[in-house]
Amino acid sequence: MEILVCVKRVPDTSENEIEINSDGNDIERDDLVYSVNEWDNYAVEEAIQIVDKVGGSVTVVTVGDDESEEVLRREMAMGANNGLLLTDDAFEGSDGKGIATILKAAVEKGNYDLIMTGAQADEGAAQVGGMLAALMDYPYASLVNLIEPGDGKLKVGREIEGGNQEMNEIELPCVLSIQTGINEPRYVGIRGIRKVASVDIPELGAGDLGMDAGAVGADAAKVKRLDYFVPDMGEGAEMLEGSTEEIIEKLIEYLKAKGGLK
Amino acid sequence: MEPVLISPASFKLFGFIPTVLFSVLIPIVGVGLFTYIIARRLEPIVKANPDFRFDRPMERIINVLKIWLGQYRHPRYMLAGVLHMIIFFGFLILSVRSSELVIKGISGDFIMPGLGGTLGDIYYFFKDYAATAVFFAVVIAAIRRGIVRPARYHYPESYGHDHTNEAIFVLAIIGTLMISESLYEACLVAAEVQKGLHATFLAPLTLAWLFKNIFLNASPATLQTLHIISYYVHDLTFFFFLCFLPMGKHFHVITSLFNVYFMRLERGNVRPVRYGVSDEELDDLESFGVKKFSDFTWKDVLDFYTCADCGRCSDQCPANTVKRPLSPRFISIKARDYAFSHFPLSGEFIAQEPLIGDIYTEDEIWSCTTCGACEQECPIGIEYINKIVDLRRGMVDEGNVPQTLQKPLSSLEKRGNPYGKMEKKRADWTKELEDCEVKILDKKTSAETLYFVDSVSSFDERMQEVARATSKILCSAGIDFGILGKAEKDSGNEVKRFGEEMLYQSLKDHNINAIKKSGVKKIVTADPHAYNTLKNEYTDIPPVEHISQVIVKGVASGRLKLKGVTEEEQEKVYTYHDPCYLGRHNGMYEDPRDAIDAIDGINRVEMLKNRDRSFCCSGGGLMLFYEPEEEERMGVVRVKMAQEAGASVIVTACPFCLVNMEDAIKVAGLEGKMEAIDLGELIVAHIDN
Repeated sequence: MEILVCVKRVPDTSENEIEINSDGNDIERDDLVYSVNEWDNYAVEEAIQIVDKVGGSVTVVTVGDDESEEVLRREMAMGANNGLLLTDDAFEGSDGKGIATILKAAVEKGNYDLIMTGAQADEGAAQVGGMLAALMDYPYASLVNLIEPGDGKLKVGREIEGGNQEMNEIELPCVLSIQTGINEPRYVGIRGIRKVASVDIPELGAGDLGMDAGAVGADAAKVKRLDYFVPDMGEGAEMLEGSTEEIIEKLIEYLKAKGGLK
Repeated sequence: MEPVLISPASFKLFGFIPTVLFSVLIPIVGVGLFTYIIARRLEPIVKANPDFRFDRPMERIINVLKIWLGQYRHPRYMLAGVLHMIIFFGFLILSVRSSELVIKGISGDFIMPGLGGTLGDIYYFFKDYAATAVFFAVVIAAIRRGIVRPARYHYPESYGHDHTNEAIFVLAIIGTLMISESLYEACLVAAEVQKGLHATFLAPLTLAWLFKNIFLNASPATLQTLHIISYYVHDLTFFFFLCFLPMGKHFHVITSLFNVYFMRLERGNVRPVRYGVSDEELDDLESFGVKKFSDFTWKDVLDFYTCADCGRCSDQCPANTVKRPLSPRFISIKARDYAFSHFPLSGEFIAQEPLIGDIYTEDEIWSCTTCGACEQECPIGIEYINKIVDLRRGMVDEGNVPQTLQKPLSSLEKRGNPYGKMEKKRADWTKELEDCEVKILDKKTSAETLYFVDSVSSFDERMQEVARATSKILCSAGIDFGILGKAEKDSGNEVKRFGEEMLYQSLKDHNINAIKKSGVKKIVTADPHAYNTLKNEYTDIPPVEHISQVIVKGVASGRLKLKGVTEEEQEKVYTYHDPCYLGRHNGMYEDPRDAIDAIDGINRVEMLKNRDRSFCCSGGGLMLFYEPEEEERMGVVRVKMAQEAGASVIVTACPFCLVNMEDAIKVAGLEGKMEAIDLGELIVAHIDN
């Protein structure tokens, strides 16, 4: 099975203190460390496990700049066979539909049976997977937490709100967005990344993909960010401050006062 | 003079078969078979990875004299140890006699060279006592193994069948050797007495003496028969035993001498990924660590062969005590069983499966805190930490790392600390420090001494107190010091021990660079884990001291003045908990105790398990992030030990021990009755400068 996994480079939320920049239109990006979007790691791991079972190859693709190459290498160190970097000045400022359009062009250049994305990204809107499926006219399953490969079909499990589980049969080719917890992604150390450090990763621009550069990018974006801020504290909200011990003490006090603890 | 009994060398069975034939055949077959078995057993050793153990012969010989010949570690388990020593020394003494007997079967008059005169008289006198002592030691040992059954020999079902039968069988063999040798001798002397000859003197109350008296009135024919039978029973048993040794846990009789000679000389370090491959060449290696059996080094295989299944390692192992799925002795025994089944005595060697999932489990290998209690205890120099780390290297190389450890490892790679905190906040703990200036060393600021704080003391709220206490001690002792601040990264002690060698190397290289740039002359740390790796594994950096050494020196020189205990403290009973990386791995047992005792009037007691038998708090560094399966926390077990010792305050000299003890006190429900304090904090409370 030929599998394409779409991944994204995001600021690592657990290793950064996210602050809004002075212009108020984005987060402060100096001093940030980046990593692969967590959901995408699960998608790549799942793809590798499927290929281990039924054969084929895994390609990881991302839309971004030169720095995005590091996430491709990390996923290749996990075991993805090929990387594909979609990069072009014209891509900058694309909205979700723009990204899906770029990915569609990449999908059409290949011969993929299955396309996977993370269910969402740390700084995203969980929209690209569904849009890509629609643009391709492929069937789509979201929040997938179980995959059983079959002949020309897959059995996929989906997580339903409230902890219920749903099983579906879906025809290939299709797009799946992967939920965390579907597997335990393997560890990638420095050594693994160094092993794939010299592997060639093709870079494709709008021209290489044979697409209309005007259809993507900031100008074509129909969704535009207007503002970016930390919401004002609403009524009844209070940030507890102090040492951990003090915070715990205050919390217990509150819970007792409101009758939550007896 | 005509011999009173016909010797096995001249005897004719049924009057026509010369028994000398057996005397010649038995040794030839025995030695031949033994040689073949050993050759087959050597195969996995030859095929194993290299291990450099041929250096420093004098130190190795001293180890052999002390640990092997001197049986130095045996009395740590008094009864079993003394029994073993009797059997061991008995074997050494009787090996001369047994060799003599083998040749006597061919040449009746043979006497071992040198034993013809007075020396011989002395030897023959003592060897009878040796045989008798061994016999009784064997009887007691058999009662222990077969009837008393101490818990440490117990075999959990998951680890395979137990070795009690094998142990008792071997004890029976040894008993047979002792009886047959004594009986052979006794018959001869009894016959001499009967003929009124000048009989050989038999040491009173020995087996031989007893048999002589029993058979004094037996007919000459009976004596002759017993003489011959006991000789061949001895001869056959002797060579059977020789060939049986390499079949199981009694292989140690042969291998222990070599194992002790080649045992590790240094502590506190971990062996390289591959001997003979420099750090720079590591990238060229196809595979890291131990994945298959043949990835072990030859010393590892020798260790497996040498394990006597005595269970002392596991008895001391904190992971085993709290029922984590790790018991060090089974690391050896499972590997030995594997070696025996995959490298059989006859036929083809069997292809190897990956060890993890076959004979070891992931949790088993991650359960080890690398405290070193097992290695400290092993009477024959078997090692575990290197193997555990190498098995982890193998798992890391396959991407097989528990999810709870992946995050801190990735944070260490990106931010240089396991919490993923920003580098620029590494020195924030100094903000709350009063009356003591902590310099942050850079191009403009320099100091004589570097305080290497390490990640946890820099970022963990509770452990920051340790960093502040350490700074106050340095200030009070008038030491010109500073910290690296954001230029410091995690020391990597646990990163290395969790098998992430390449990440460790990058942390180490970064720190060495930063230390060199700072231009300091000395390094001090309060974290034994940092102390360990800086001292034993970093190269090309100034000498490293632990804060307890600074305290002891400061008190001795008078630069650090301490006041005595307060009235409230007079009621308290203090006990010192030895951190593994200060004690066992670096031999620093007395400095922290001296530092505590420098406080006038302090009441300090020892826990039963102290110094090199200290019980791990449950580990530091990445171990804090690992979620083991266990029935009880190690820290809780340790806190209870302190309670048994009558202590009310546990003094530690390691930030990890401190937090583990504090947590354990809460879990054990001993809040109010027991407290934990860091050595530095205790000292700061008594500074009187």
